[in-house]
Formats: sequence, structure tokens, C-alpha cells
Amino acid sequence: MWLWFYQLASPPHAYRLLGLWRPWLLWPAIALMVIGVYGGLVMAPADYQQKDAFRIIYVHVPSASLSLMVYVMMAVAAAIGLIWRMKLAHAVAASCAPLGAWFTVLALVTGSIWGKPMWGTWWEWDPRLTSELILLFLYLGYMALRASFDDIQRADRASAILAIVGVVNVPIVKYSVEWWNSLHQGPSISVTSKSAIAGSMVWPLLVLLLAFVLYFGAILCNRVRGEILLRERNTAWLAESSLKS
Amino acid sequence: MQPGVGSLMGLVLARDLRLAFRHWDQVIQPLVFFVIVTTLFPLAISPSLDELRGIAPGIVWVAAMLASLLALESLFRPDVDDGTMEQWTLSGQPLSLMLLAKTLAHWLLAGLPLVIMAPLVGYALGMPESAWPVLVGSLALGTGCLSVLGGIGAALTVSVRRGSVLLALLVLPLEMPILIFGARAVDLAMHGESATGPLNLLAAMLLLFISLGPVAMAAAMRISVES
Amino acid sequence: MNLSEFLHMGGYAPYVWSCYGLTAIVLVGMEWAGRRQLQLAQEKARRRAQMGAQMAVAENPS
Repeated sequence: MWLWFYQLASPPHAYRLLGLWRPWLLWPAIALMVIGVYGGLVMAPADYQQKDAFRIIYVHVPSASLSLMVYVMMAVAAAIGLIWRMKLAHAVAASCAPLGAWFTVLALVTGSIWGKPMWGTWWEWDPRLTSELILLFLYLGYMALRASFDDIQRADRASAILAIVGVVNVPIVKYSVEWWNSLHQGPSISVTSKSAIAGSMVWPLLVLLLAFVLYFGAILCNRVRGEILLRERNTAWLAESSLKS
Repeated sequence: MQPGVGSLMGLVLARDLRLAFRHWDQVIQPLVFFVIVTTLFPLAISPSLDELRGIAPGIVWVAAMLASLLALESLFRPDVDDGTMEQWTLSGQPLSLMLLAKTLAHWLLAGLPLVIMAPLVGYALGMPESAWPVLVGSLALGTGCLSVLGGIGAALTVSVRRGSVLLALLVLPLEMPILIFGARAVDLAMHGESATGPLNLLAAMLLLFISLGPVAMAAAMRISVES
Repeated sequence: MNLSEFLHMGGYAPYVWSCYGLTAIVLVGMEWAGRRQLQLAQEKARRRAQMGAQMAVAENPS
């Protein structure tokens, strides 16, 4: 068990394994996406209140879930990298940031497009959208800090501390934004009201959530491999394997 | 002889205060900035106190946040530039507590004057006297949180060239919950409602940040100082 | 249900289709950028390795 773990953490093994795993994540993700989109757009009945506009939920909610999940994953990877000085964990954290930021952008944009027919305006200071926006700022800060160091080891460790501080702050942000919004009488239609969701409406959502997770995993494999190459550019194994191919 | 933890922090605190008082002009800069920013709002919006009253808590809090941010630039940089910080990291003394003492000194110089000045600014913006205790209390707790969070950001960016914009980018999103609780507490007090909820939350956050923040600050400082 | 009715989305077509379209663009873009980044890194590593091999040959021509 431990031997397997150490092998995984060694860059040449990780580089090879990630390449092997990738197709097993990518193709199921694409298949599930097709199924989920078909289920969401065709098979699910229209919502009695929001009509067909509710179908946006099938892309909005998975993006929003991923944006948060990726941040937590980034912080955990950063903490592992900081504590056990594991290069691979830092490579994972570095790869997570741009992907998570894009999921956050998606959640924001689809949320505001959804808001237009529901609220009559593109932007409402809804608690969920507001905390997504703050999450985007956290991602941007992380990436800006990482980019401002020339030395990759220092960039890894400094940004790891920021990711950990940020993840401690995320629940506080969520709670404070909800509290802040509860003081006002917000718009009565909530884009995420779970009251009247039937089973035929739920399963495409779960399928698409799983599809997004797998798809993220597939992209992460590629990105982590790229980051490994960047961190290992002066090692013998890399020179050998590059010359062979 | 190794000094105890308390006297170590006392030494750092006294040193920082002494150094700061040699440059009076720099000490009052955040305070002047705070007053100037709060002056901008009546000029930009309206001289009518009735209109200003509604947004007064927000004005005071945003101005305090920006003033605290402005002062962070000089929190660690002089000591890093002249090599003092490097000696501290090698001294074997607990770096986190030394940095906490420095942050406390920073708060005494840049946070406390704002807290004392706030009722005056609030009065000028039409805030009723009944809200002053909550204004002072929320700012006292809140600027403490801002100083610790800002200290982490300053320690992370101290070795980065032109780090001040980056510092704002890192620290402001982290500080948003403090702004929410602080400004809402004052708002509630102005409407005659109880503000103990948000004040308790601010106090809890201050305790959380004081207990965990120095560890993060020290880790960040070690990364910034090593060459 | 016929196709035009499906595309019409009960009057919400611009909102629904723009959301799905943007999501598709961003997802494909992320995948493309990931591939490109890896390709560039691999190419760089190969060039570096070849340079290293040439320098080794130049140092001991035997």
C-alpha cells in the first residue's frame, strides 16, 4: 500500500500513470455528458413555474459545485505539498487554479443569464452569485500571487499558504453573504428553489455533475503532466524518455 | 539568555513603536487618508445628511479597510530590506509571536487612531450618537481582523516587486466578510436594533485569526526571506 | 414534440441555448488549452534533452 503511494508520488510514475488514466476519465465523461444533456433538455418535463428556463440548472449547478470542489481540492493539495514537501501535490494545486476559475466564471455567467428571465435583470445581489463572485476573486488572487514569483518552488509554497488561508475563509464568506442577504427582502423567485423538483428532473443533474467531475479529472491529468515536466526539466529520467519518444 | 515569550513580544512591540514615533509624518498618514476618503463621499453624492446617513456605515467601513490596506505596505518591508527579518528567522525564537507583536504594533499605529476618529467622521455623515458605541466596537474588532489578514498578505508579497496592487488583490476578497459584519452591525445599531450578533461574530473571527494567523504569517515570511 | 418546438424552448431559447453554448465553449476550451500546454512542455523537454545530448557528444567526441 505505502509502496504504491510512494511510487505514485514519484514524478516519472505519476507522469506515466496520469497518461494511462486520462482516456478512462475523458470518454466516460463525454458519454455521460451526452446522456445528461439529452435527459435535461428532452426528457425532463418543464418546470411548472419557470417553464423551460429551469433547464439552465443542468449546466449552472454542476459548474457552481465544481468551482467550490476544485478550490477545496486545490487547498488540500497545497497543504499536502507544503507539509510533506511533495512536488506532485504542488503540481496538482497549480493545475487546479485556472480550471476552477473557469468553472466559477461559467457559474457566474449562466447564473446571470438565468437571472434575466427570472428576475428581469442580468445581475441581482443574490447570495449564491455574490459568493461565486468572491470565490472568483480568491482564484484570481491565487493565480496573481503564483505568477508574481519567478522561482517555481517559492511560487508553489507561497501560493499554498494563500490557498489554505482562503479555504478557511470560504465558509465564513458563504455564511456572511447569506446573513447579509437575509437582512433584505430578496427577490421572491429563487433560481435554486429545490421545492418542486421531480425525480425525472434530478437524475440528469446528477449525471451531469458526475460528467463534469470526470471531465475535470481528465483535463487535470494533462495539466498535471505539463506541470511535472516544468518542475522536472533538469532530471535524467525526463531527458531519457524525451529522447526515446 | 533566552527571553520569555511575553518579554520577547514586549521587546518587539516597544522597538516597533519607538521606530514609528521617529517618523511622525508616516504614523498619521493612514489616519489622514481615512478622513480624506470619507470626505470624498459627500462631495461625490450629496451634501444632504439625510442621504448620507443611509450609507454612512458603508463609507466609514470601506474607508477603514482601504486605510488599513495602505498601511500594510510598510508593515514588514523595512525589516526585510535591512536584513532584520532574516536574523529573526534564524534567531531560534518563535517567529510567529514576533510577527504577531509587529502586527499588534501596526494595529496600535494604524488601526486604533481610526477607531478613535470614527465617531467624529460618523457624526459628520449624520450618524446618530446612539450608534457610536457599536461603531467604535465593530471597528476595534474589525480592524484587528484586517491587520492580521493583511499581515498574512504582506508577508506573502514582501519579496515581490511592486507588490502593493497584488497585496490588495489578495487581501480584499479575504476581508469581505469582515466588511459585511462590521458595516451591518453599525447599520443595525443606527436603526435601534441589537447588534450583538454581528459583534459576537466579529469577536469570534478576531480570535480565530489571532490564533491561526501568526502561524501562516511566519510560514509566509520564511518563504519570502529565504533567497 | 417537433424540432422547432424543442429549439424554441417555450420562449426561453436565447437564455437556454446561450447557457449551453457558453458551457460547451468553455469546456472544450479548457480541454484544448490543457492539451496545448502539455504539448508545448513535451516539445520543450525534447529540445532540452537533445541539446544536452549534443553537448555531451561535443565534450567527449570519442
